[in-house]
Parts: sequence; structure tokens; C-alpha cells
Amino acid sequence: MKHLEISQVSMEFETPAGPFVALENVDLTIAEGEFVSLIGHSGCGKSTVLNIVAGLHQATRGGVILDGKEVNEPGPDRAVVFQNHSLLPWLTAYENVELAVKQVFRGSKSNAEMRDWIKHNLELVHMEHAMDKRPSEISGGMKQRVGIARALAMEPKVLLMDEPFGALDALTRAHMQDSLIEIQARLNNTVIMITHDVDEAVLLSDRIVMMTNGPAATVGEILPIDLPRPRNRVKLAGDAQYNEYRAEVLKFLYERQRKIESVPTASEDKGTKDKQDDKEGIAA
Amino acid sequence: MSTQVINIIGNLNIRNQTTKFIEWITDAPKVFNAIGIPALSIMIFLMVWGGLAAQVNTSLGQLPGPSKVWEQTKTLYAEHVEERNKEVAFYERQEKRNAKKLEKNPDAKVKIRPYTGKPTFFDQVLTSIVTVITGFLLASLIAIPVGIVCGLSTTLYTALNPLIQTFKPVSPLAWLPIVTMIVSAVYISDDPMFDKSFINSAITVMLCCMWPTIINTTVGVSTIDKDLVNVSRVLRLGWMTNVFKIVLPSSIPMMFAGLRVSLGIGWMVLIAAEMLAQNPGLGKFVWDEFQNGSSNSLARIMVAVFAIGLIGFLLDWLMLSLQKSVSWDKSAVIR
Repeated sequence: MKHLEISQVSMEFETPAGPFVALENVDLTIAEGEFVSLIGHSGCGKSTVLNIVAGLHQATRGGVILDGKEVNEPGPDRAVVFQNHSLLPWLTAYENVELAVKQVFRGSKSNAEMRDWIKHNLELVHMEHAMDKRPSEISGGMKQRVGIARALAMEPKVLLMDEPFGALDALTRAHMQDSLIEIQARLNNTVIMITHDVDEAVLLSDRIVMMTNGPAATVGEILPIDLPRPRNRVKLAGDAQYNEYRAEVLKFLYERQRKIESVPTASEDKGTKDKQDDKEGIAA
Repeated sequence: MSTQVINIIGNLNIRNQTTKFIEWITDAPKVFNAIGIPALSIMIFLMVWGGLAAQVNTSLGQLPGPSKVWEQTKTLYAEHVEERNKEVAFYERQEKRNAKKLEKNPDAKVKIRPYTGKPTFFDQVLTSIVTVITGFLLASLIAIPVGIVCGLSTTLYTALNPLIQTFKPVSPLAWLPIVTMIVSAVYISDDPMFDKSFINSAITVMLCCMWPTIINTTVGVSTIDKDLVNVSRVLRLGWMTNVFKIVLPSSIPMMFAGLRVSLGIGWMVLIAAEMLAQNPGLGKFVWDEFQNGSSNSLARIMVAVFAIGLIGFLLDWLMLSLQKSVSWDKSAVIR
């Protein structure tokens, strides 16, 4: 069943040196409840694809259809989890989620129901103990949890995650991935996640969409991950099938789509810098 | 054994005292930094002033030093107290007279005439403060909304920017005649709530001090974190919610920087406007003393100079405290 259809999407950015083709003919169909990862080198337009689905960017050609309706503006049915949490620093964790909940459920939920719903979502990401803390008072991982709670609380049709754990340290990242597996098992959301992390992609996804290098990036290969759920990272570490998937993605990234001009550490360092490179790559 | 014990106790005692002494020594620089350094610089300033002033002879006598200025400060206060006593006495006399009249003839018409004494230095200070605050509040009421819409809309910014840039550098002295003419043409009332002079001064202050707030608010609003703008777009926040939940809080630091510059400019402008237009206030006090030309005039003007400076300092401090109280980031260093 076609839930979300990214159809023939091309994206050009105007630059002083003439139009820059970031994406060309990106085609992707995603079923309801599917978890899809977008992986590719910096500057391959992963974020652009996500932003087009979110409605934050308009595709130059082609379009996105969600449940039979064309997407042409941002909206809470396509909630975004941004890489750097993007919580409002002057609001507490509770108030940050509240802002989203009030916006989406005003009229359909009573105040008490909204309060319960906000608390429920914070509990889902294990943040109920820090509801009244401001973002500056909690750690990076906790901020990202609140960001996820805010997105989940909108009950989106599609959850868009732009390198949600990219700015976190390895241990926190693993912890967050486990949380996401747990949440996904309960809610079965449709998710598109951008990542640079091969392990993360294999561990979480139903399908991995590997993108070719830009300019004029497009979908290179699609790898279905046929591993039973719930998945456990420690057990999978020795699993032959898992390692084969990993090898498949690595081969794509480092043999078929080897990035010549990129900084050698780019794929290792999944931090904010990488993300900025991504954006600059698009703008350039 | 016992001598050993005594030795240990003795050692402890000494150690205790030493640590206290060390604490005192290590704290001393902090205390010196906080109080000592400013005190020292003020003392040096007073000494240099006193020394140099003695060298200058003007047509109004020797340039006053710190002691003469302090003397005049006390005189000005004494004059103020005297004037207030006169006022009280004036009203008491009227009431007595009225009471007598009513005793003779209960139907007599009685009147209380307002006191028409000369405003003292302290009256002028109060007038100036009230005027500058009025002008500043009016300016802020205009400047903050204008700044917000200019920051949010590129079209409006492009439309208004040339006007803002043109009016920004205009001196208060150029505004004053225009404001005066307009106010006397428009503000006509048999029983005016405010003096025309007060309105003239306040409007001149407003016209001169709204620009920094407009410009800073515009910059603050237009440089909001892109991710927060995206959050607002994804949530489809309404215009008002967007402004109050996202735009205003994130532009508060820039806005307040503008407000503080505005208030500072407003205070400087006001003194000049009062001087030129002979509107009541500190500026008029300075001008009157200058025209008066007594041997005390220079010292009295210097009192006014210090008052102007200290009030400016106080106003800035008030804005700073206000900023601290409304700022969401309590850990930010605001200076």
C-alpha cells in the first residue's frame, strides 16, 4: 500500500554560478509503519529529501504524496526531529511538548487530556523526571529525547528524523537507538531517518536507501533488512546476516560511491560539522 | 606525654590561625577589586579635577573644584527644602483666610490658588526624569512592534529601511521646532492634561530614541535560529503564537541592547531639548544658571552635570535589571 510516495523529485538551487542540481529523479515509495533510513556521503542531498517531505523545501520538479494528498507546506502530520534538538531554550521540557500538543489537539482534546498526553509522551522517552527542566539544564541525549517526545506527541503520519543522534556520543547514541527500537515496537510509526552510521541504519531500518553522491544525487540502491524484531545489538553483533547487511552498505559507500574530494574523517565524524558540510554542499 | 598533647593543640591553633590569615590574604584582592579600585580611581579623578580647576580663571571666577561643588549641592538642597516650606505655608495661609471668610459669610466663594514659586533643582530633576521615561515608553511602544514586523517581513523591511536610515541621524535640535509647531497646532484644549512644553520634550525624545530599538529588534528577529523557525513552520504556529513563543524570547537580548542605547540617547536628547526650548527640566536649569552668571553658577552647573550623569547611570542600571528579570537565560552574563 502506498502511504508515502516520493515521486520523480528533482531539486535545483539558484547560485551565482548558475543552477545547482542537488537531487535528480528521486523515487521512493514507503509503506505505512515502515522504518526507512537514508544513508549517503555528506552533500548527497539526504537532508534535502527530508526537507522536501517535511514541506520545508519545495521540489523543483516532481512531488511528494502522503495518503493521496500532495505535500506543499510543512505541517504537524510530518513531524521533524532535528539534529540539534531544536527545543525552545526558554521553555521547559513539558512546555516544549505542550506547545506542539496545544497546536495539534486544540479543540479535540480537553486540557486534562492534553496534560496526560504530554506526560505520556515524556514517559515514552523516559523523561518524566525532568519535565520541568529547561533544555540548558539537561544533557544532549535528554534534549534529543524531549525532541522525539515533541515529535511523537503530534501523532504524525510520518516521523522525519534528520540525523537525530548525530551530535551524541557513542554510548548515548546506542542508548537512544535502543529507546527508539522500543518506541517503534510500541507505536509502529512510519519513519524516515537520515544517518551516517551504518550500524544504526542496519539495526533500526526495514529498508536502507543508499544515495549516490551529489551533484544530481539520486537513489542508488535499496537494501531491505530482513532481520527479525525485536532486534538486540549485542546478539546481532555476531549474526552473519547482520554483518552481511553491514558489509553491503559499506561496500556501497566506500567502493561504488567512494567520495574522492571529501575530508577523510567525514564518515567517521558524525558530529555537527558533518551536518554543516551537508548544508554547505547544497548551498554551494 | 602531656607536653606532646599541648604541642599538638598548640600546632592546631597556629594552623587554624594561619588558614584564617591565608583566607584573608586571598580574599583581600577580591575586596580590593570590587571596592578599592573604583574608590581609588574616583579619588584620583577628584584630585586631578581639584588641581586643574584651581588653574583656570573664568569671567565667573575660578573654576570650582570638588569642595565648592559639594557646597552648592547642599545649598541647592537647602533651597529646595525652603521652597517646599514656603509652599506649605502659602497653602496654610490661604486655608486660614478662606476659613475666616466662611466664618463671616457661609455663602462666600472661596478659592485655592496654586503655588507659583520657582521650581527648584530637584523639581527640575524630577520633571526631566518623568519626561524622559514618557518619551522612552512612547518610543518603545512604536519601535518594538515596528522592529518585529521589519524583522519578520523582508518586504516591510525594504519598505521602511530607507525612512529609518534617513530619520535616524537627525539631531533633536532639528526636530524641536517642527514638533513645537505641530504640537501647538494640534494639541488645543481649554483644560490641557499635560503642559505643551512637556509634550514637546517627550515627543522630541521619542523621535530621537526609537531608532536603535527598531534596528536592534529587526536584527534580533531576523537572526532567529533557523531550526527554531522550522519548528514554528512544522507546528504551523499562528502569527501571534509565533511572535510571543518564538520570536520575542529569542530576540530579547538584542532588543534590550537597543532599548538601553535608546534610553541613553533619549536622556542626552532631553537635556539639549530642554535647554533649547526653555522647557522645564535639568536643561533649563543649566541654561538659567549660565544666564544668571553669579559666582556660584559654574558650581551649580557642575552639580547638574553630575546629576545628569548619575541619573543616566541609574536609568541604564534599571534597564539592565529589567533585562535580567525578563531574560530566560539566567546564566548569561549581562553587562
